[in-house]
Amino acid sequence: MNYQQQKILGTIGLYALVAVIALFCLFPFYFAIVTSLKSGTELFSTTLWPASPSIKNYIAMFTVSEHPFGRHILNSVAVSTLVVIASLFLGVTASYALGRIQFRGRGLLLLTVLAVSMFPQVAVLSGMFELMQYIGFYNHWWGLTLPYMVFTLPFTVWVLTTFVRDLPKELEEAAIMDGCTPWGIITKVFLPVMWPALVTTGLLAFIAAWNEFMFALTFVLNNADRTVPVSISLISGADKYEIPWGKIMAASVLVTLPLIALVLMFQRKIVGGLTAGAVKG
Amino acid sequence: MSTKTSELTRERTRSAWIFLAPTLIVLALVAGWPLGRTIFFSFTDASLEAIGDSTYKMVGFQNYFGEYGVFNLGAVEGFWNTDWGMAIRNTFKFSLFSVVTETILGIVFALVLNANFKGRSFIRAAVLVPWAIPTIVSAKMWAWIMHDQFGVMNALLKSAGIIDHNIAWTADPHYALWSVMLVDVWKTTPFMALLILAALQMLPTDCYEAAHVDGIHPVRVFFKVTLPLIWPALMVAVIFRLLDALRVFDIIYVMTSNSVDTISMSGFVRREIVDNNYVGYGSAASTVLFLIIGACTVLYLKLSKVDMTK
Repeated sequence: MNYQQQKILGTIGLYALVAVIALFCLFPFYFAIVTSLKSGTELFSTTLWPASPSIKNYIAMFTVSEHPFGRHILNSVAVSTLVVIASLFLGVTASYALGRIQFRGRGLLLLTVLAVSMFPQVAVLSGMFELMQYIGFYNHWWGLTLPYMVFTLPFTVWVLTTFVRDLPKELEEAAIMDGCTPWGIITKVFLPVMWPALVTTGLLAFIAAWNEFMFALTFVLNNADRTVPVSISLISGADKYEIPWGKIMAASVLVTLPLIALVLMFQRKIVGGLTAGAVKG
Repeated sequence: MSTKTSELTRERTRSAWIFLAPTLIVLALVAGWPLGRTIFFSFTDASLEAIGDSTYKMVGFQNYFGEYGVFNLGAVEGFWNTDWGMAIRNTFKFSLFSVVTETILGIVFALVLNANFKGRSFIRAAVLVPWAIPTIVSAKMWAWIMHDQFGVMNALLKSAGIIDHNIAWTADPHYALWSVMLVDVWKTTPFMALLILAALQMLPTDCYEAAHVDGIHPVRVFFKVTLPLIWPALMVAVIFRLLDALRVFDIIYVMTSNSVDTISMSGFVRREIVDNNYVGYGSAASTVLFLIIGACTVLYLKLSKVDMTK
């Protein structure tokens, strides 16, 4: 085998691998979409293409009054948005202090923030249950904002601190010379250049809050206040022997498509944010 | 001049603490306080109702070393066959297998994504899809694919002649944990691949040119050059994933209804606290899980060499 042949073989091998990877990553979601478009007995054939596609399953998700899926989507959007806004607001001020100001105890604080992001969420379960009941947050969708901060806040603070630390020193020095207050530095100097980082961290925090399951399952029992992950896990049929897979897949596609659209739109930034969040230092 | 500088420094230090205060208060409220209470409850006989009206009482180390404690090594059926022992075994089996597989596959994915080919940006986008899908959704999707009667997996394997009868992937104790691991691998390999890809793209190109000129086999180059160079980043990614895998809950809970054959440590803790209402006992178990993950976190911090002084 000469060099030329070897090269061609290598290229074929590479493209074969690429095809396998694409199939591996995309097939399950493709099959979920196909299933969601099937109805009746066709659901139980394993064809990879719907013979007579219909959006019956999607409509059914919004017409069953015992399972208010539309309401659940709104709950998820609202709680995730609130969590993102709170995390970003706290994250911006904290990251300026941690990334820009040298003071004693700073290293320890960064370490603490990082350690909290590694927290097993179940470790705060009983303590959080008590707290939620005590302050009246238990069993309300908005009450979930509190436990969700456990995972969004440390992450936001960490990634924003990494970003702020790498901004040029001159930006701030000029502002100090002009007599700018620290609060002025944050709002007038740093905030305008932090938009890319804010969008990325905000999006990642949104996805994390949107996907959260255990707290939502434990702290909200009221049907109208549930979030979408719990909602999907609870979709049931007329009797317990009939699981409506078509509807479950329709719901799954509905809550996933917007995320995939967002992720693809911000692809580059997200990869950067993920890397900053995991491979630190 | 020097007094002016130190005044400025003092002023900046003060504003740093003011800016940090809200974040620190929220972190103390959502992490510090509940964790402290959970550890406290682990020394009580609390139930969910007793938490509300403070009618629990202290029981010392009963939940840890008592007759029914989490370290009850003298259990009749043997410690590893108790539900808690099963949960520990399942969690470690799950974490070990998932993380090892994800690392190996992640390296393969990253090497492919790092190569130059047409449609590379499409594939890079495609690998983000499993990561973007909510865990519950991927659990449901795969539960349907692995359905014992109507699942496409049984159909495909049967038509390929690999199996001759339908297998209940998520219900059969022989396959359930493996099925869950497969889904986890599917969902997180892309994440691993992206972390490794980031490390690959930082590598200097000159040693590859040298290796190419010398005609060294690519496999040899990988083990002698690439792997040692990305090793530190790889280890950080591995431990990061390990910390995630050790607290697994959603996938197992949704795919296998948290049956004892697949229950994880997090699942066990939630079952004891919420379903069985043994808050004290569940809190003791969660404290043990916290300590295990804490130890891994320390290892992670040591390996990632986070520079706190910069």
